[in-house]
Amino acid sequence: MPHKQPHKHMFQLPKSAKIRIGLVLALLFTLLAVIGPWLAPYNPNVSLSTTNPLPQPPSSHHWLGTTQVQQDVLSQLLVGGRSTILVSLIAGVIATFLAVGFGVAAGYYGGWLDDLLSMLANIFLVLPALPLLIVIFGFLSKSANPNDVLIGVVISITGWAFGARVLRAQTLSMRNRDYVTSARIIGERSWRIMAFEILPNLVPIVATSFLFTVIYGVGAYTALSFLGVISVAHWSWGTMLYWAQSAQAAQQVHIEWWWFLPPGLAVGLFGTSLALLNFGIDEFINPRLRAAGLSRRTARLAGLPRRVPLGLTPVAKSPAVSTSGQR
Amino acid sequence: MTALLEARGLTKHFRIRATRQNPRGSVVHAVDDVDLVVAAGGITAIVGESGSGKSTLARLLARLIKPTSGELLLDGKPATARGRSVRAYAKDVQLVLQDPFSSLNPVHDVSYHLARPLKVHKLAGNSLDQTIADLLARVSLTPASAFADKLPHELSGGQRQRVAIARALAVAPRLLLADEPVSMLDVSIRLGVLNLLADLRERDGLSIVYVTHDIASARYLADDVAVMYAGRIVESGPAASVTDAPAHPYTELLLSAAPDPDRAGAVSLRGKGAAPNLVTPPSGCRFHPRCPHAMRVCEEQVPAMTPVASGHVSACWLHALPGKEEQRTSADRPGRSA
Amino acid sequence: MTVTTSSANKHQPAEPASGPLLEVKDLCVDYGFGDEAVHAVLDASLTLRHGEVFGLAGESGSGKSTLAYAISRLLRMPGVITGGEVTFRTPAGTVNLLNAGEAQLRDLRWTQLAVVVQSAMNALNPVMTIGTQLTDVLEAHRPGLNRTARRERAAGLLEMVGIAADRLGSYPHELSGGMRQRVMIAMALALEPQLMIMDEPTTALDVVTQREILEELTDLRERLGFAVLFITHDLSLLVEIADTIAVMYAGRLVESAPARELYSSPRHPYSYGLLHSFPGLHGPRERMTGIAGSPPDLRDLPSGCVFHPRCQYVMDRCRSSVPPLITPEADRRAGADRLVACWLHEPGALTPAELGRSES
Repeated sequence: MPHKQPHKHMFQLPKSAKIRIGLVLALLFTLLAVIGPWLAPYNPNVSLSTTNPLPQPPSSHHWLGTTQVQQDVLSQLLVGGRSTILVSLIAGVIATFLAVGFGVAAGYYGGWLDDLLSMLANIFLVLPALPLLIVIFGFLSKSANPNDVLIGVVISITGWAFGARVLRAQTLSMRNRDYVTSARIIGERSWRIMAFEILPNLVPIVATSFLFTVIYGVGAYTALSFLGVISVAHWSWGTMLYWAQSAQAAQQVHIEWWWFLPPGLAVGLFGTSLALLNFGIDEFINPRLRAAGLSRRTARLAGLPRRVPLGLTPVAKSPAVSTSGQR
Repeated sequence: MTALLEARGLTKHFRIRATRQNPRGSVVHAVDDVDLVVAAGGITAIVGESGSGKSTLARLLARLIKPTSGELLLDGKPATARGRSVRAYAKDVQLVLQDPFSSLNPVHDVSYHLARPLKVHKLAGNSLDQTIADLLARVSLTPASAFADKLPHELSGGQRQRVAIARALAVAPRLLLADEPVSMLDVSIRLGVLNLLADLRERDGLSIVYVTHDIASARYLADDVAVMYAGRIVESGPAASVTDAPAHPYTELLLSAAPDPDRAGAVSLRGKGAAPNLVTPPSGCRFHPRCPHAMRVCEEQVPAMTPVASGHVSACWLHALPGKEEQRTSADRPGRSA
Repeated sequence: MTVTTSSANKHQPAEPASGPLLEVKDLCVDYGFGDEAVHAVLDASLTLRHGEVFGLAGESGSGKSTLAYAISRLLRMPGVITGGEVTFRTPAGTVNLLNAGEAQLRDLRWTQLAVVVQSAMNALNPVMTIGTQLTDVLEAHRPGLNRTARRERAAGLLEMVGIAADRLGSYPHELSGGMRQRVMIAMALALEPQLMIMDEPTTALDVVTQREILEELTDLRERLGFAVLFITHDLSLLVEIADTIAVMYAGRLVESAPARELYSSPRHPYSYGLLHSFPGLHGPRERMTGIAGSPPDLRDLPSGCVFHPRCQYVMDRCRSSVPPLITPEADRRAGADRLVACWLHEPGALTPAELGRSES
């Protein structure tokens, strides 16, 4: 290739369908987190009828039906959505901060600091996350009402180590780049080099790490709520699953699909949207993924195969725009 | 001319960590016992191939890495104290690197690159933009407005290299170290950058150390040439003298191997083989395994620098031992024609 | 006529009655398609004879590598060949490489046409010994040989390029850069092809190793008689080792001439400027000017002659129309095999003295 394709601007409209879907979904969920509880038609805690013993299937009054104590499932979903999304975002942000701080410092300084921080990261990687969280929350639940921020902070403790390792590796490879050497030659201080020379180049990786950690946060929070470790008075998608499961276990009531499918789907879709966003970041980092293969239409017009094996360079049937003088 | 920078016995050994295959670790003798004098207002070239230690020497001279032993004198005063003096040294001695594609940070524009050294050394003054424009003009990147906001990937290789030189000039150094500044540029652009370096010396009295593997460009640009082999300087002297009348067999080998369309006869390489492993370098003169004139003493003792012409020295037993010079018949001298 | 003294020219390119080995006519190669297409090569034509060393010189973006890979249909996506003809003469007959199907190309490749890619030293598989990699080639193309015969032949190939046969069991990282390059050359010669395409084979090596490898290549050429398409940016090297040199700029062939004649009397302003961009090892040390400006962006080529923004002899015509490849009048009369694409050499134009020198 005569020239590397430049990233002309930081933000280009993504071309691929899957990234657009991911973006739309992520925006929807963000919206949900902000205004969800206001949209909820009913209070999720309130039993709307004390006389009817049977859970109602989805209807025009209750779009997602009711639980066996006549609570509106849709309201639970909307209210629980804010908590789930908020907790996972907080966990993601804090864990990413920790990962950046530990990872870049370890990679840049090397030596004993690197050994120490790497050991710390390895310890946290090896510790089984869920049991640890159960223990911590076991202590906490006794005291106050858990709030989303606290839960997010605690989950982030188990989520930073992987990102730290990745960032350390990237920093190690960047430390020897010429522009870092040049910055040192000019006399820049170490913290400025880490913050302004190395970190801006790591933004795509930090973004990916953040998205992964949020997905991890959703999973951890949902699991903890489902297990009942976190106070079940606090609505979240995991809590909905907890109630669904305990209803079946304790009261021997047949479990209805509209109790576990909505929260399960919500968690799945939220994770999927983040994963699709990750694809977008991958394509941004590696422009070659953008241009792989000709688009179907142009290939058909030229009479060329869509994907070409190496060693069989296609010969177009239509001639190129040629400005040659003839011999 | 007074000596601006002087290196005495500069040595750098890199330690390789012990691994399972190599339980005691090993030492790479990258630079050994180098004496070099850089005259004020002159251009000195250090010529060597990859693995000769020339890039390590450049980084030692820039105080980017610390020598294992030996000393560095700036204006006659030792420059080996630590801490704040490294920054002060950076004001006098700057380094330009080889790869124009990675010496500029891809996320920052040209203005940022030029503003940073000014801010770090508190040279910004009132009109930062004007200072930046002046710097760009010095390296012939005009009009400044066309370049100041560009990101590195929007510039060509030659333009990037000029920005790197401008950045080095921002602190008004007295000595510019250039590590293979044109090797990765297109041929038709190389001359432009080399001429720029020559201009900077003429107009601003900047001293330059030009590190390269291309002896022809060293002859073109430099006043003095020092030839490095396997971590040691084997010959040094005025550029014309070293390239027209090489004294050391390695310099002869280099000249005979370099592309030369004006060559009169067929190429006859003087000496074959490859550069030695610097972990276990040959004893005595490191060139002896490849040298067509090798003698017993070459294997045993490192030859001392011996004068062979005015200002021209060579580290070879052929000069140091009386009578050996005549043993090299005229047929051994590479054919030269105008 | 100049007396060619370089050892490379001792082996005169033969021209059997059947004609040249490789003929390329008006080849056009694009990257991408439609509006976004970048024209990497435009209307390139060249003729390669049996046993000839043909040098393709140019800087980055000139299209020299693209041309070579397009000829052998090894260009990666999104490269597309959009026009022209490539005719390759094999002992079995003439093949149009652009029409050839996969089976035909596989027959040809390595048996008749071999490619040594850029930075070939890194093209060796690091987890296989070089002996295995050599015998792999033989196994794929010479099913008749048994294992012992293959090993013998691999050992013979290594010795041919100056490596001791006992290194068959070495891994690539145990060999130096120069030796790895030699192994790549041995691999390319395994089936004794007629044509070797070499893309910057010695650029990453130091000067002495480069010289050694080129000497060995010359020896091998004299023994086996293959032709070489040698691609490099180092024009001064080509003058020493090539028989014919073609200079490319921004995707177009601008000049083609026998090596010595190109050096002593370049016709195109770009060739002239390029030859004066290499500082010499002899003579007085004077300031050289080289060529002003820088190579153009292929996505935004100048109109008319692509070189006109940098040309010191530019005329109005150069800005509007593309000069065709012609043989200048004086050369035609002298019977010299030279082509140049420049309006200065049009019949009736005023050619500057330095571009109009003729061989005495």
